[in-house]
Amino acid sequence: MTAVLERLDVPMVKSRRHAAAPRSDRRPWTFYALATVFTLYVAALYGPMICIYILSFQDVRGGLVFPMKGHSLHWFVDLFTQVRTGDVKGSFDRSIKLAVLVTVITLVVSFMAGLAFRRRFFGDMFVFYLMIGSLVAPGLVLGIGIGLLFQWLGINASWYTSALGAQLSWTLPFGVLVMFAVMSRFDSAWQEAARDLGASRWQTIRLVVIPILAPGLVAVALFGFTLSYDEFARSLQTAGSLNTLPLEIWSMTLNVTSPSLYALGTVTTIVSFVAIGVSIGAIVLINRRRGTGPASH
Amino acid sequence: MRPGRGDIELAGLCKSYDGVTNVVDGVNLKIPDGAYCCFLGPSGCGKTTILRMIAGHEDPTVGEIVIGGENVVGLAPVERRTAMMFQSYALFPHLTVRDNIAFALRVRGQSRLERYRAVDLMMEKVRLTELADRLPANLSGGQQQRVALARAAITEPRVLLLDEPLSALDEQLRVRMRQELRRMQRELGITFVHVTHTQLEAIALADIVVVMEKGKIKQSGPARDVYAYPCDRYVAEFLGGQNVLSGKVEKVGSDHLVISQPHRAGIHVGVHPDRRVGIGDRIDLAVRRDDIELMRATSGEPGGGATALPSRVLAIEYQGSFVKVMLDTIPDEEFIAYVPERTFFQDPFNVGDVLLATWSAGRARVLA
Repeated sequence: MTAVLERLDVPMVKSRRHAAAPRSDRRPWTFYALATVFTLYVAALYGPMICIYILSFQDVRGGLVFPMKGHSLHWFVDLFTQVRTGDVKGSFDRSIKLAVLVTVITLVVSFMAGLAFRRRFFGDMFVFYLMIGSLVAPGLVLGIGIGLLFQWLGINASWYTSALGAQLSWTLPFGVLVMFAVMSRFDSAWQEAARDLGASRWQTIRLVVIPILAPGLVAVALFGFTLSYDEFARSLQTAGSLNTLPLEIWSMTLNVTSPSLYALGTVTTIVSFVAIGVSIGAIVLINRRRGTGPASH
Repeated sequence: MRPGRGDIELAGLCKSYDGVTNVVDGVNLKIPDGAYCCFLGPSGCGKTTILRMIAGHEDPTVGEIVIGGENVVGLAPVERRTAMMFQSYALFPHLTVRDNIAFALRVRGQSRLERYRAVDLMMEKVRLTELADRLPANLSGGQQQRVALARAAITEPRVLLLDEPLSALDEQLRVRMRQELRRMQRELGITFVHVTHTQLEAIALADIVVVMEKGKIKQSGPARDVYAYPCDRYVAEFLGGQNVLSGKVEKVGSDHLVISQPHRAGIHVGVHPDRRVGIGDRIDLAVRRDDIELMRATSGEPGGGATALPSRVLAIEYQGSFVKVMLDTIPDEEFIAYVPERTFFQDPFNVGDVLLATWSAGRARVLA
């Protein structure tokens, strides 16, 4: 009799324990399975890049494969001094200048497009699809097309004309799409309130719209810069006689067989990370001054 | 310093967005200087559009807006000397309380020192001094409302326009901020125009209540007039507190009418017909819910031309100072009696009881 009662009692005790501790400390096996998949994914993503960064710090005897032969900054020096490795310094210079130019134009145009697209206007959907079209068009084909057009018009292709245009066809739609997301949180009552308080149009833009949108504008700028800085397909046929950095790296992979190629990879990665770091830092700073965390809005 | 005359006159005001339907349809209204005026109506009745037209954020399609004797149509808000408080307050999220309030002075080119002096005075007035360096995100709803009010008032407008200023607050705060608004209005001595869809808010605050429906003014006047003497069924039902009976007149007496409804014929209602009512007319009658007396069906008919409509109790709600008794007096329509709490509990009714809903002849009114 007691045995039967005890047996009956078991599930009750169990369920009561469950109720007391609804979240057990033990994780389900699926957690470990998914964690393994994620770890492999991260390793596959970053492993090759990390190999390159490590190998770029070899000394003079260094080769293109493991094992590592000594460690020094030899190949970084070699990169910027040796002529046989190509025009790294010049192309780096051009790429930065081009990226800054692209960033500024992307920022200004995206900002204005973001303001304009809040309302319907004649042909707005046409403009929007045109923009998406240039985003999905194959970059290489688009680049060849722009190269051909310049040739036909008799204008010499160069990084600051045809390549600039080609890159904008890529960065502008991105910038505008980011701006749409940013503008969706912009309350037009702010603009009306500014007008109500006597601000001119320009004062409203300068004192209200730009400061409120600042974090979003930084994000757009970051997109513009990084997309331009490592743009390859569209620049290939449009950069003219002087290479941008990604083009230079590509041509180096064809004829340079020293770790200076890896050193170049390390340097360009650092530049990208600096750009991202500065942008995120700016956004965090703006949000902190505004008393809101990045999550709360 | 008085900022000049703030009386408003709307003359034949119309607004249409598509050129076909009028959102605001021929509004004529006079609001005296220094009055607290509430526009009351359901959403989409055009009340906010009227406010935005007075503010200068929208232009009327037809009509004039005269403030202080001057037609202001086409002028910018600053030139009208109006200020608007937005529904969500529209405080600038990147500026502190002090800089939000100082914004209007900043765009007028005042130096930092000059504008902060004025702002500090204003902050003292609305008790915001200790919050001066906070950002709007770190303020409660009530504090945000005070900042919005201070920001609008710093320009010394002659008219302050408030778009549903209390809708973003919770119930308790709403009642407190209501008093705050009235206090500010008295202190500033300027015209307030307040848009709301809450009748309690309107009658508690306003010198003039303007009830709107579909772009037209249904009734305007002092709060008590509109509440106690609604001009028609719509106003009576929107403001609440009234039972409305409708029917066809069968017989007209000196202190009563006999009306019939599809469901029930020969209803004898006590009323002094205050306008010509003819046999065969379709009329609406209004009786205040607190003027209805409930009697047990067994206690006999009341005399003296009073109405006695047999009704069953559908539901009872305790409201504190009174008890709300819902009855089936008119089929498919609300009929409610407010019984004083003490009276009710001397002889409480239950759901399902059959009663007589009675009122004396002078208590019912014929509506337009």
